[in-house]
Amino acid sequence: MIQTSACVDVFFRSAQDSAKSRPGEERTLETTHTDSKKEARKSRSFQTVRTGIPALTALTLLVLVWFAVTTGGLVPSYMLPSPQSVVLAFINDFGTLMAHAAVTLQEAIYGLFIGITLAFVTATLMDRHPALYRALYPILIITQTIPTIAIAPLLVLWMGYGMAPKITLVVIYTFFPITVGLLDGYASADPDALRLLRSMGATNRQIFFHIKLPSSLGYFFAGLRVSVSYAMLGAVISEWLGGFEGLGVYMTRVKKAYSFDKMFAVILLIIIVSLLLMWLVSFLRRLAMPWEQVEKEK
Amino acid sequence: MSLLEAQHITKIYDGRTVIEDINIHLEEGELVCLLGVSGAGKTTLFNVLSGLTVPEQGQVTLAGEDITGKPGKVSYMLQKDLLLPYKKIIDNVSLPLVIRGMKRKEARARALPHFEEFGLTGTEYQYPSQLSGGMRQRAALFRTWLASDGVALLDEPFSALDTITKNAIHKWYLDVMERIHLSTLFITHDIDEAILISDRIYIIGGKPGRITDEVPIPVPKPRPDDFYLTEEFLNYKRDLIGRLGLP
Repeated sequence: MIQTSACVDVFFRSAQDSAKSRPGEERTLETTHTDSKKEARKSRSFQTVRTGIPALTALTLLVLVWFAVTTGGLVPSYMLPSPQSVVLAFINDFGTLMAHAAVTLQEAIYGLFIGITLAFVTATLMDRHPALYRALYPILIITQTIPTIAIAPLLVLWMGYGMAPKITLVVIYTFFPITVGLLDGYASADPDALRLLRSMGATNRQIFFHIKLPSSLGYFFAGLRVSVSYAMLGAVISEWLGGFEGLGVYMTRVKKAYSFDKMFAVILLIIIVSLLLMWLVSFLRRLAMPWEQVEKEK
Repeated sequence: MSLLEAQHITKIYDGRTVIEDINIHLEEGELVCLLGVSGAGKTTLFNVLSGLTVPEQGQVTLAGEDITGKPGKVSYMLQKDLLLPYKKIIDNVSLPLVIRGMKRKEARARALPHFEEFGLTGTEYQYPSQLSGGMRQRAALFRTWLASDGVALLDEPFSALDTITKNAIHKWYLDVMERIHLSTLFITHDIDEAILISDRIYIIGGKPGRITDEVPIPVPKPRPDDFYLTEEFLNYKRDLIGRLGLP
């Protein structure tokens, strides 16, 4: 997971540079620096391209090997479809794929939102009440060790073939990394900064909004980034186990028909959607934490 | 009546008396140092003065008003500048006003005219990471001043700075203090720093910590640049070393 994230970062950093926006108030003050900043940004995207070259080369090589073994007849096409047939399947099936992807994405996003909300509430309450923290933390760890794939069929049994079991599985998948991220983030607040705010007469609420919440943002986004790909994974897995539509359902269907090219097309789509979601998280992080960019530019 | 006064302060932590029967006062416009070795309870005393902890005995008054255990009355600055990395300088310095319930926009407007005074013009909308160590410390001081009703408690605020920056900031501080009518109680373990900038020095020592001595430095301000090279300065230093019981 982490490796893929690093990879995404390399791919998308330059795209984010141009997409970066800033509130208007600073613009007036910063006009004098804009030129040098633009310059810095330009050289940085150049840098990104350069650091991205090895990754791109490796990827191209991999596809070439795939192409060679399939087209060269080393592996029969009913076992491993060639890259060109996958791309072809992707294009021919595009409409169907999109319809199924919409369902899966919907499940993933609903689950993600519920997961985030629950994580926020839980982490904030646990931070506020140490007794609750001590009571719940072990449970959090234990729930994380439950093999989710094993309980997915149970969820279908309990909730039927609709969206509910899928969303629930996504919630279970995404809740933990975000909760732990937030808890670590709250705990990372500098005790001296807390003392300073208390000396100003700040209430717990003010301390939360001025210190704890902003200190936890970085941790939150790190957790969210892991969670978005888990969310897609969770949605697809639960669709395998029963349902009427969604990428997972479609995948089992084409597998049974031995249309492996179509199956690979689904996998390709899942990869693309996951990458896009991860990129979206990075983009939101940049919007929410503009000071990080400033620190990086130094 | 003194501006800030602490009477018979005793503070006990976990059954251990940290400071005992401390009596100090700070007059308007004065800069008073608390000088003592580490572990003498200086920071504990500041926690009491700033209202962060309630003493077992004694009373703190600000211009006659009892402020014992009431935070938010005198402002506190630590060695670390503690500028919040995610807030722009203007929001960092005006934070105490926001904590007191002022709207962010109003608090910004209050802070804005004073950037020049603190030598921070142009840094308003920058983040702390973009400022040098000296500038950050000035910004922290700016925030301390905005939070204060004329009294600032400084806990070794300049000890992390290098000597040259430190000298410059001492001069600047004395100058700005006068202009903004700030009275300062200052913790340090640096004897030179204490003599250079103080009007009076309290020596705190022992276990539990008590005020063992009070030494006035009646050298008119502004003091000459080479004050630290004069015989007079060395005499004070010798005297203080003796009183601190150092070899």
